[in-house]
Amino acid sequence: MDLMKTSLFPMYGKYGGKMVDYAGWSMPVEFSGLTLEHEAVRTAAGLFDVSHMGEIEVKGSEAAAYLQNLLTNNIETMHDNQVIYTFMCYQNGGVVDDLLVYRYSADHYLLVVNAANMEKDYEWMIEQKKNYQVEVINLSSEISEVALQGPKAERVLQKLTDTDLSQIPSFYLKRDVKIAGANCLISRTGYTGEDGFEVYLIHEDAPLVWEKILEVGKPDGVVPIGLGARDTLRFEAALPLYGNEISQDISPIEAGLGYFVKFDKGDFIGREALFAQKQDGLKRKSVGFEMIENGIPRHGYTVLSDGKEIGFVTTGYHSPTLGKNIGFALVQAEYAEMGNTFEIQIRKRTAKAQVVSKKFYAKNYKK
Amino acid sequence: MATVTMEGLFYTKDHEWVKAEGNRASIGITDFAQHALGQIVYVELPELDEEFKVGDVFCVVESVKAASDSYLPVSGKVVEINEELEDSPQLLNEGPYESWIAVVEMEDPGELDQLMDEAAYKAFCEEEEANA
Repeated sequence: MDLMKTSLFPMYGKYGGKMVDYAGWSMPVEFSGLTLEHEAVRTAAGLFDVSHMGEIEVKGSEAAAYLQNLLTNNIETMHDNQVIYTFMCYQNGGVVDDLLVYRYSADHYLLVVNAANMEKDYEWMIEQKKNYQVEVINLSSEISEVALQGPKAERVLQKLTDTDLSQIPSFYLKRDVKIAGANCLISRTGYTGEDGFEVYLIHEDAPLVWEKILEVGKPDGVVPIGLGARDTLRFEAALPLYGNEISQDISPIEAGLGYFVKFDKGDFIGREALFAQKQDGLKRKSVGFEMIENGIPRHGYTVLSDGKEIGFVTTGYHSPTLGKNIGFALVQAEYAEMGNTFEIQIRKRTAKAQVVSKKFYAKNYKK
Repeated sequence: MATVTMEGLFYTKDHEWVKAEGNRASIGITDFAQHALGQIVYVELPELDEEFKVGDVFCVVESVKAASDSYLPVSGKVVEINEELEDSPQLLNEGPYESWIAVVEMEDPGELDQLMDEAAYKAFCEEEEANA
């Protein structure tokens, strides 16, 4: 099958993008180099093409009730123009996807989902529609998305719009914002642990907006960022990745993300199973760890204690910001205590690691 | 970006280089390889006296993004390892032809005939870049 291409695909060559196949898309994994890009986002700002993400619109008189049943976070307490992070779970507590919900109004929402899960999500959402008075519309193929992330994001984006960006709080959105003349939906959200914006627009406008942001951002050090740094950035900020920290087989409770599961909001899909996990105590827990001995932990490596398998690494890296070899692992609960040591199987040998706080990097969101 | 190569070395399709002196072979990764990997943050060296067959993984070079296997271009026994790389893996980025990874006592120097010379390797890299 031919790989799908975003509207920004024609721009990559100019910036030296190294392409990879990601969830059926041809996406840039790197431009100037992962470490440089990572650093640019932490200290200045970086521009990401995230057009592969899926967007699903939900509207109708029972939209809120439908989403309240479908998702784990509380939809009914949202304000207009607010954005929340949530899970969509199966009855057994496994995760269909993690996503952002944008509330336009009480009966109108936009869900932003992972590219790899988009079709599965949409099918699941249609299946759960039942008798709810609601329309579920898959807009994924019609929308481009770029993200400008980093401490200088606001200052740079402000150069291209008359909208006062300082008035948009973290996890809020604004519609019909003109960026370089193009009509955009923007939100103060992201996946890096830094302040920044996600910008949604039609395909035709995306190349110009991309070019303009890089042009006006150049004096501030704005550079294009690939998927490689996107992953190391989100990892340091302890933001989960579907398929790593959470999945069909790893619940949000096990992943330590219970904050986004609101048991007090009433019934929802997966509530019973997730509540049981919380009540009965977990068999597995997600932990942060740091290598004591040499070696870089990677996604999928086995975790051992006295030679016995006790879990696996969900994400691991040589952290560009901290310069340490760190990771997240899902381990049997009795090994999850802070300070506990275990071993990571790295190819033919094992190397010692210690459980540490997951907060490797403190998020720099705008207050 | 033009790939730097060096005269007098043998090269593999996996972008390792070999410098042969008698039955001793110093082995490293090429400029093409270090560019493709990006910033190198860890090198897992072979052990002294470890014996390998041609094509065996003898070393793992890691960037932030991924761990990449290096294959031994000739069969033999490891007689020296470059321990400097343990603390300074970036040396492989800074001077890929100055920093060898290991020295191997070759079982059969005739295996070198299977490798590319500089001109052939240069052409090979150009082809790889065109296909990228």
